[in-house]
Amino acid sequence: MILVGAIGVVVRTNPVHAALSLVLTLFGIAVLFVAQHAEFLAAVQVIVYAGAIVVLFLFVIMLLGVDRAEDLRTDALGGQRGLAVVVGVGLLGVLGAAIVRGMGAVVTRSAEGIAVGTVEDADANITQIARSVFGDHVVAFELTSVLLVVAVVGTVLLSRRRPTDVRPISGRPS
Amino acid sequence: MIGLVVVPTPMWYLLLSALLFTIGAVGVLVRRNPLVMFMCIELMLNAVNLTFVTLGRRLGSIDGQSIVLFVLVVAAAEVVVGLSIIVSIMRRRSGINVDDLAELKG
Repeated sequence: MILVGAIGVVVRTNPVHAALSLVLTLFGIAVLFVAQHAEFLAAVQVIVYAGAIVVLFLFVIMLLGVDRAEDLRTDALGGQRGLAVVVGVGLLGVLGAAIVRGMGAVVTRSAEGIAVGTVEDADANITQIARSVFGDHVVAFELTSVLLVVAVVGTVLLSRRRPTDVRPISGRPS
Repeated sequence: MIGLVVVPTPMWYLLLSALLFTIGAVGVLVRRNPLVMFMCIELMLNAVNLTFVTLGRRLGSIDGQSIVLFVLVVAAAEVVVGLSIIVSIMRRRSGINVDDLAELKG
């Protein structure tokens, strides 16, 4: 189901359909988070991604009025599509080889890790994340707040209409 | 269907996230709509998140999940800034094709 959604993002010609396929994939990943006892991240995933980011995508699509189908038949650059498929297969091969070869190291290291292990409880999960984020990584957490402020200011600055841009209806195009 | 029969091991999760990452990368390469390219970047970020959670659980460490939290914040900021750039570009010109945007001059 996740893969169906992911492929739908790529092959759907209509951006709205692609965004809805993305929702399918994001919900599937949230389900996988729950299956791995990362309940807090699953909730955050649904709220932030499916709730905020995809809605932002849809809002921009509707705002720009670009929800017409894109022509996927024509290849914009010569041979680009075949090259992309080759790159994809190569990337998948490299990643798969890395996973298959690296699992041995992970298994050996996890022998003592499971003993310490994450407690399989939602409250304990949230407590552990809070300890980690606000304890060990508190500097990074503060930096994310700076990043968010920068993003908000930059967005307002970018999407703001300058006073000189406001022109009468009969005005010339800027 | 396989997931219903076989108990999912970390190997399955990692392979699934590798597949997702590959699909996102191919999508960025193939698609010419900047919005859809952003969606494919989101796909790649989610694949990496899944890898973080899987390996963090496998190694018995909570750091993977807190890193995913930071990745979510950075992804949100990136999407907001990128979409505002797209909006401000689209206000000036009507085409929705990254091949037409090869020059910086507005």
